[in-house]
Amino acid sequence: MTDPIIRICDYSFCLGGKAILQHISLTLERGEYLSIIGPNGAGKTTLLKCLDGIYQKGSGAIEIKGRPLEGYSRRDLAKLVSYVPQADGGSFPFTVKEFVLMGRYPYLSPFSSVRRQDKEAVFSALDLTGTAELGDRYLDTLSGGERQKVFISAALAQGAEIILLDEPTAFLDPKHEEAIYRILGRVNRDSDATVISVTHDINHAVLVSRRILALKGGRVVFCGPSGDVIQQGVLQEIYEKSFQFLRHPETGRPFVVPELIL
Amino acid sequence: MRERKRISRGKILALMALFALVAGAIVPFVGMRTIGLQSILCPNNGSPDSFIFWNIRIPRLLASSLAGAALAISGMAFQAMFRNPLATPFTLGVASGASLGAAIYVRLGLSFSLLGVSGLSFSAFLGALLSIALVYGLTQIRRNFTAATMLLAGVAMSFLFSSLILFIQYMSGFVHSFRILRWLMGSLENVGYQSVLEMLPFVVGGGLMILFLSQELNLLLTGEEIAHSRGVEVRWVKQGLFFATSLMVGGVVAICGPIGFVGMMIPHICRLMIGADHRWLAPATLLFGAAFLAICDTISRTLIAPVEIPVGVITALLGGPFFLWLLLRRESEKSLL
Repeated sequence: MTDPIIRICDYSFCLGGKAILQHISLTLERGEYLSIIGPNGAGKTTLLKCLDGIYQKGSGAIEIKGRPLEGYSRRDLAKLVSYVPQADGGSFPFTVKEFVLMGRYPYLSPFSSVRRQDKEAVFSALDLTGTAELGDRYLDTLSGGERQKVFISAALAQGAEIILLDEPTAFLDPKHEEAIYRILGRVNRDSDATVISVTHDINHAVLVSRRILALKGGRVVFCGPSGDVIQQGVLQEIYEKSFQFLRHPETGRPFVVPELIL
Repeated sequence: MRERKRISRGKILALMALFALVAGAIVPFVGMRTIGLQSILCPNNGSPDSFIFWNIRIPRLLASSLAGAALAISGMAFQAMFRNPLATPFTLGVASGASLGAAIYVRLGLSFSLLGVSGLSFSAFLGALLSIALVYGLTQIRRNFTAATMLLAGVAMSFLFSSLILFIQYMSGFVHSFRILRWLMGSLENVGYQSVLEMLPFVVGGGLMILFLSQELNLLLTGEEIAHSRGVEVRWVKQGLFFATSLMVGGVVAICGPIGFVGMMIPHICRLMIGADHRWLAPATLLFGAAFLAICDTISRTLIAPVEIPVGVITALLGGPFFLWLLLRRESEKSLL
């Protein structure tokens, strides 16, 4: 029996005196695809940041591959965990290749030249996300969808087994949205990476992930197989509103349909 | 879309190095008294030309180059760290902190040296370090401080220190007051080899630290969270950068006074020429900052010679319009930083 890739044990975290996460416990096996849903301000992003050690000094324990998070150096952790933050509107004055190559930081020493395996990692990451032809473009000139793909490429080039994504499809059109989910699915299947993705898109979360974790007010209110979340009682408890469902014409699985507003 | 791959960055950097060398070779010959080549070859023959060249203009060239390089690369580091084009040693209160340290030293009439470093430089360095620690400390009290808030805190700090300096100056006798005023105007008038040696360890130490952290600066420029996730020890790196910039700003301000505009403009100009990759940008900024201030200083002492214009006036006069021109010819709004 190998160690689970992530084990969170009774983890709580405060920010500015306010409890953001309360008594979170969760275990993930290698190669899982977990979606985290929940209302705004539920602590979803904070949980991701805690998992990547960006936020520290919570109570309880987080273990990556059987070793406490604090036991890793930043570089060693970067080889295991990669975080794709929400697009923050900041400027990125780098070309796609330069940016993705920065994903190799944990493997480089100061002034060391780029080795062949670093270049290969960059090219295969760009290939996997279908962004190879964007290589010499500046990030600032890309569309939101292209930029998101490049961000995922950089996380892949980092060679991490665990990829944390914060609303990877926010602000994307349906085509790019689908493309991102396909990429994440491929990464999850082909390279056996563990994917944890925060999202507000319940339907896609159900489609792509095996398990769903729902947070509300910093607590876990649901954690189970993704299909089980599509129930009136469960969703109503999470979002404090009622939902309507329809079955998918091909698979027969229920999905959330938009509420009639007018 | 920007396609700026026609000239390689290596070539641009080489051109900048050449520019700096040529500027450095020409500048000491220019002045109220134009100096011929033959008089510099025998430094000890007692001719006035030779004396002016070796004992006034060369140390002045060295001092202005060091100061320019240090202020420019400090600005570059701040701009990357805060992801803000307005972050400079001045807007963050570091320069005025250094000035305050130096002003207190002068006011108290102190005179000491520590490990060969004069008390003035040391006080300026302490002032710089203290002000950055204050600004940084503010961000640690509340973790969700944004870069913009920190900049505002820096500006507030800068005003606070400036008024403290004015207060000290007002309370001082005529001699001290004049000394503080002259020095506050930012000038390279009275530098000799002693000043150069005084600045050298500060500038070289801080500059090397920043060059060493080029990759980390690149990652900080993409955002602290991404830098974190890529494996950068963000806290240590930032503290190291604060220390390095305090060293340089303190060392320079103690000797030359606060010379404005170099720290904000030069990194932008270099970024527009060579791109934002700090492995290229940092050496380019050092070279161009050095050459720029050396040229500005030459202009300041020759324009209405024998009267000298404070070099800060020249840097702003030259730099301002150039910077505006660069802003206007930029193709993409976002590529400033």
